[in-house]
Amino acid sequence: MSSLTRPTRTARSRDRSPMAAPQSFLWTRRIVLTLLAGFVLLPVYVMVSSSLKPLQDVSGKFQWIPSTLTIQPYFDIWETVPLAKYFVNSLIVAGSATVLSVTLAVFSAYAVSRYRFRGKRVFTVTVLSTQMFPGILFLLPLFLIFVNIGNSTGVALYGSRGGLILTYLTFSLPFSIWMLIGYFDSIPRDLDEAALVDGCGPVRALFQVVVPAAVPGIVAVSVYSFMTAWGEVLFASVMTNDATRTLSVGLQGYATQNDVYWNQVMAASLVVSVPIVAGFLLLQRYLVAGLTAGAVK
Amino acid sequence: MTATVTTNPEVDKSTGKGTSRGTGGARRRLPRIPDRIRQGGLPYLLLLPAVLLELLIHIIPMVIGIVMSFRQLTQFFISNWGAAPWIGFDNYSIAVDFDAPIGEALLHSFFVTCVFTFFSVGFAWLFGTAAAILLQESFRGRGILRAIFLVPYALPVYAAVITWAFMFQRDNGLVNHVLHDQLGITDEPSFWLIGDNSIYALIIVSVWKGWPFAFLMLMAGLQNIPRELYEAASIDGAGIWQQIRRITLPSLRPVNQVLVLVLFLWTFNDFNTPYVLFGKSAPESADLISIHIYQSSFVTWNFGTGSAMSVLLLLFLLVVTAVYLFLTSRGRKGADV
Repeated sequence: MSSLTRPTRTARSRDRSPMAAPQSFLWTRRIVLTLLAGFVLLPVYVMVSSSLKPLQDVSGKFQWIPSTLTIQPYFDIWETVPLAKYFVNSLIVAGSATVLSVTLAVFSAYAVSRYRFRGKRVFTVTVLSTQMFPGILFLLPLFLIFVNIGNSTGVALYGSRGGLILTYLTFSLPFSIWMLIGYFDSIPRDLDEAALVDGCGPVRALFQVVVPAAVPGIVAVSVYSFMTAWGEVLFASVMTNDATRTLSVGLQGYATQNDVYWNQVMAASLVVSVPIVAGFLLLQRYLVAGLTAGAVK
Repeated sequence: MTATVTTNPEVDKSTGKGTSRGTGGARRRLPRIPDRIRQGGLPYLLLLPAVLLELLIHIIPMVIGIVMSFRQLTQFFISNWGAAPWIGFDNYSIAVDFDAPIGEALLHSFFVTCVFTFFSVGFAWLFGTAAAILLQESFRGRGILRAIFLVPYALPVYAAVITWAFMFQRDNGLVNHVLHDQLGITDEPSFWLIGDNSIYALIIVSVWKGWPFAFLMLMAGLQNIPRELYEAASIDGAGIWQQIRRITLPSLRPVNQVLVLVLFLWTFNDFNTPYVLFGKSAPESADLISIHIYQSSFVTWNFGTGSAMSVLLLLFLLVVTAVYLFLTSRGRKGADV
């Protein structure tokens, strides 16, 4: 039966059922999807339109249609706040945290997925359970550890990018390990066992067989880690100083004592969002593929 | 050395070659991997970096957190917390003394967080389910809608929430402009980021930010439903609504069990949204527990009580998760048999 239906399915995937969808379904679909799209896009519209208004327009009553258009805020954002510096800091911190956690997760997920050994269950349960812990639980002890390491050894972890990267591993490492174990389990064991039989070492089997087969999962995990680190506020607000401040905290700089430069806030928000949203939308297919095998089973 | 692992069902499943994974005669002819490769130190070597980091970022901080909750840790002892006096359960009795201001505020904040989590998770789940099911079949514009729906997920939290904060401004925000100036629903322009309305603002922002994750997970879950089920159902004369009710929704149950738990934990622990929306201290009606603990620790510098509150929060989450996992796994067994 499946061989009979396959050609038609690929030719026109819309033909799920021989019966056309009833009007009630079509109207529900139109109405619900329109409302959801409106809800989602409302802040996006506010962000874009307000970023093109002069300061007096965003300080007065909200206007749906800007009466004056200006691109001045896009020049001012770099002056009011050292946005470029924050941008670089965010890039370094989020990038390093992603590379570090995904690399370590590949090794440990491979070990858990392919080998049996004493302590495996302890490891997986620990990793799984740390995911549910609130960040606030780790913030204070990590803060104390960093301060004490600084006092006793002179290694300034508190306020440094390295320290912030470490704290970001608290959420990205367990998630990456958890997702990748699921993903590696879904890759047929025969693949890397054949490589082992052919004389590959286990580490070569990992890099030449398992990792290439797991690209969607690895991309999904990387995207998730990067985005979470890029948007993180809690650790960034406590663990950074003027030199290492990331975007998530730096954006607060547009609010001065007298005024909030809302047009610049919106312009800066847009500037920091566009690269990440574009990258995400390009990679989103991988994310669904990664979730399908890794988390949703 | 092998004796311990054979009794463990999970280990058996993942390495049980030939038993659960025996797929064909061709595979059986391959020689077995020598046991020395499986049993050697390699898995430990592969795990070593992750284990060391887990120790550094999770295990040690947690132990310190628990120890700190028994000490009178104020700002004077920050640089040498080992010297903070040991006071036993005093921090805990302060935290749960619901007649005194600190305990009363904690209890209030706990209730606020429960209400917030209930509505936030509920709507996120509802919107995600509706969107995933309605986008299951292809139609014109489906790809664009799917991309649009994922935008809140991709936007950095602070950029998105700061935009909402702007929209909720009393004098120059969009919300009051629509409600007061355009529709005339409210007599006065309302405050949204202070006072009793704050909880509504917080829930709206949280749902906006959170529902695309539900959408994403459910979309992935829908791909695991075999097409043949729908084909068989439609041949039997089931309409699309019936197919959704009888096939789609039941098939999503395993995904929903994970999804609801993850959404619950994330929402209950959410710090980013209230912090960007309200700043270091949230209005009373929207005083989420994570902000409350942050405030107790880093604003009023009472780290000991803050630690005790964190430990209590953790215990609560552990109990809820354990009960939830117990209930759902029992339900799942019943459904499978």
